[in-house]
Amino acid sequence: MSAPNLLYSDVEDDLRAAVRDLLADRCPPDAVLARVEGEQPYDPRLWRTLAAELGLAGLLVPEKLGGQGASAREAAVVLEELGGAVAPSPFLGSAVLATTALLGCDLADGGAADLLRRLATGEQAAALAVPLSATPGSGFPAGVRADGEGRLTGRVTSVADVVGADVLVVPAVGPQGAGLYEVAVTGATVERFSSLDLTRPLADVSFDGCAARPLPGDDAAAALDAALLAGAGLLASEQVGVAQWCLDETVRYLGQRHQFGRVVGSFQSLKHRLADLWLEVVSARAAARAAADALATGSPDAPVAVAVAQSYAAVVAVHAAEEAVQLHGGIGMTWEHPAHLYLKRAKADEIALGTPGRHRAALAELVNLPAPVN
Amino acid sequence: MAKPRGTERTVDAAELHTRVSELLAAHPPGDSPPDGFLRARFDAGLAWVHFPEGLGGLGAPRSLQPVVDAELAAAAAPDNDPRRIGIGLGMAAPTILRYGTEEQKHRFLRPLWTGEEVWCQLFSEPGAGSDLAGLRTRAVREPGGGDWIVDGQKVWTSSAHTARWAILIARTDPDVPKHQGITYFVCDMTDPGVEVRPLRQITGEAEFNEVFLTGVRIPDAHRLGEIGDGWRVAQATLMNERVAIGGMVLPREAGMVAGPAAAWRERPELRTPELHDRLLTAWVDAEVARLTAERVRQQLAVGSPGPEGAGLKLTFARLNQRISGLEVELLGEEGLRYGNWTMVRPRSVDFYGRDAGYRYLRAKGNSIEGGTSEILRNIIAERVLGLPAEPRTDKDAAWKDLPR
Repeated sequence: MSAPNLLYSDVEDDLRAAVRDLLADRCPPDAVLARVEGEQPYDPRLWRTLAAELGLAGLLVPEKLGGQGASAREAAVVLEELGGAVAPSPFLGSAVLATTALLGCDLADGGAADLLRRLATGEQAAALAVPLSATPGSGFPAGVRADGEGRLTGRVTSVADVVGADVLVVPAVGPQGAGLYEVAVTGATVERFSSLDLTRPLADVSFDGCAARPLPGDDAAAALDAALLAGAGLLASEQVGVAQWCLDETVRYLGQRHQFGRVVGSFQSLKHRLADLWLEVVSARAAARAAADALATGSPDAPVAVAVAQSYAAVVAVHAAEEAVQLHGGIGMTWEHPAHLYLKRAKADEIALGTPGRHRAALAELVNLPAPVN
Repeated sequence: MAKPRGTERTVDAAELHTRVSELLAAHPPGDSPPDGFLRARFDAGLAWVHFPEGLGGLGAPRSLQPVVDAELAAAAAPDNDPRRIGIGLGMAAPTILRYGTEEQKHRFLRPLWTGEEVWCQLFSEPGAGSDLAGLRTRAVREPGGGDWIVDGQKVWTSSAHTARWAILIARTDPDVPKHQGITYFVCDMTDPGVEVRPLRQITGEAEFNEVFLTGVRIPDAHRLGEIGDGWRVAQATLMNERVAIGGMVLPREAGMVAGPAAAWRERPELRTPELHDRLLTAWVDAEVARLTAERVRQQLAVGSPGPEGAGLKLTFARLNQRISGLEVELLGEEGLRYGNWTMVRPRSVDFYGRDAGYRYLRAKGNSIEGGTSEILRNIIAERVLGLPAEPRTDKDAAWKDLPR
């Protein structure tokens, strides 16, 4: 097994700079805060710019289907930046989860290829109809049934990125077994609820005999699992972005705040906590890069790299956000300060696509450290 | 990347391959005595290829060294047993290369690299550990520009009992602030004023020594760097030490986690749910630490070192301690036994050797040796994160006036 490439290429650095500039201009923390409590937490104009002008919607879509033909490495860089801005955007749901599931379908057939084309241009956005907490390797869900005419019945809870999506990619069990189906969002019943993470709204989705288009493929379960694996692996990069912002902002704040006649950041007990946190973020970045590279190269080691990255980075993001709130003192506890947006994102991300404990359980099998038999 | 100094062109892998073949043809490893072969390898510029020509290198990119090492290992050529001479290779050599005179470089580097002359480091003192710049070993110059006469005590000196030479820092001016009054020397360990006593440690053995210096004579030609500039020279040594301790990139599941992972697989009767989750957490942390070190290595290889290197030793210490503690606990009743408390003098440092109890105890040193974890956190906070230093009273006062 050769060593993964853990660095950022020049192309990736350029992509990062473009996304960062746009988000700094169009998605500053106060704008996010003002938007998240409204009816439309996503800024459709921002997503159109990200999707169409920067080409982010089609990053993982092959060029022959109108996409960028890039890899998980580039998608990871985008997620670092989106995480760093807690930007409400359907990138994870549409450009990573739904797109990867569609790429596992039969692309010679019109259905999946057509939808990928529409997603790649940003003309439409899709959501993958699974709970955000779905874990790679946890089996094909049985909550939605398809009848012989392709009508769907059932319910999926806690789906991310439905708000802002036009299309749902729905795993459902039909007469021929597991399959993926394309459904217009307008055909389903979408019930938003108030989610812990204000910047990634969730909804429960019900299907009551609504019309769906089957997306043929050899193995829908494998396509779904590939999507969850890619999502979990790339979520680690989002967590690195969240953690890095929390660290940078806390260091900046403690470098200017005075108490006891001193800069607060000169107290050794605080410096040591920040040094430890810095080391965690540096380590999480290496783990997230390894997962992105393994996904990008189709490495057989990808399941291990993803389980390692997700079980590590999830904890680091939560720790960084908790430290940011604590070390900001009173201001960190206010609604006005954006630290809580990062805390809520980090805590929800810890559950998203498999908790650290579930990823460690997966790892136990992968690296032959089996659980005790009672 | 900058052109290597001292060469008109960049040496590539193909040229190194040719030079290795020529060396092996001229000195077939089976027929040559090891010392002779190693000297020839040094003279061929294949010792450390990134060093300058004439000093064991070819001014080649450091990343090409593994090419040479692999080809020579495949030919069963003798090596210089780098673990035995780690202080010389990792700390003395880079410092001599950077600050030494031409005469010093040519005198010291060849036998240092071949292992014919072992080196040790006389830095820490009983009263100067983390506050190394407070050291009190004195070097006083004989009148009329003569030799330096050194008196004092050093501690935690590995290899002092086998060393031919030492790198030494001593106070040459007590009347200026402490960082300004230190000078860096090469000390002859065969001087009659040098007394080495084993220092027994918590593992039972004596890896290190105490070194007593009484009227030790050092010629001015063995000074490294300017008088009073020893603190700056020592920084180069210490940065190399931390990279050497924390910067090794091992294969997956090598290092400290290998022991408990193997015990878990081989002995199902030891398994409990609680230990399982701790073992998996440790396994993940060890793998992430490995990837972090690998990322630092890749940054260095492309010539853009990041600040991440500063944290490697901190992680290394914390993980070694946690995982070795987990292993003793995992072993249960067997963890109650300890191999052997006899005082022995190991030939080289081994963090992962002997039994779980030894590893647990030895790992306690990892957060002390080469800069304590507390000092490393200060360094990260101040030099990487840019946070201000604690207010200090010792930086500007003359060393002789500091409370002690």
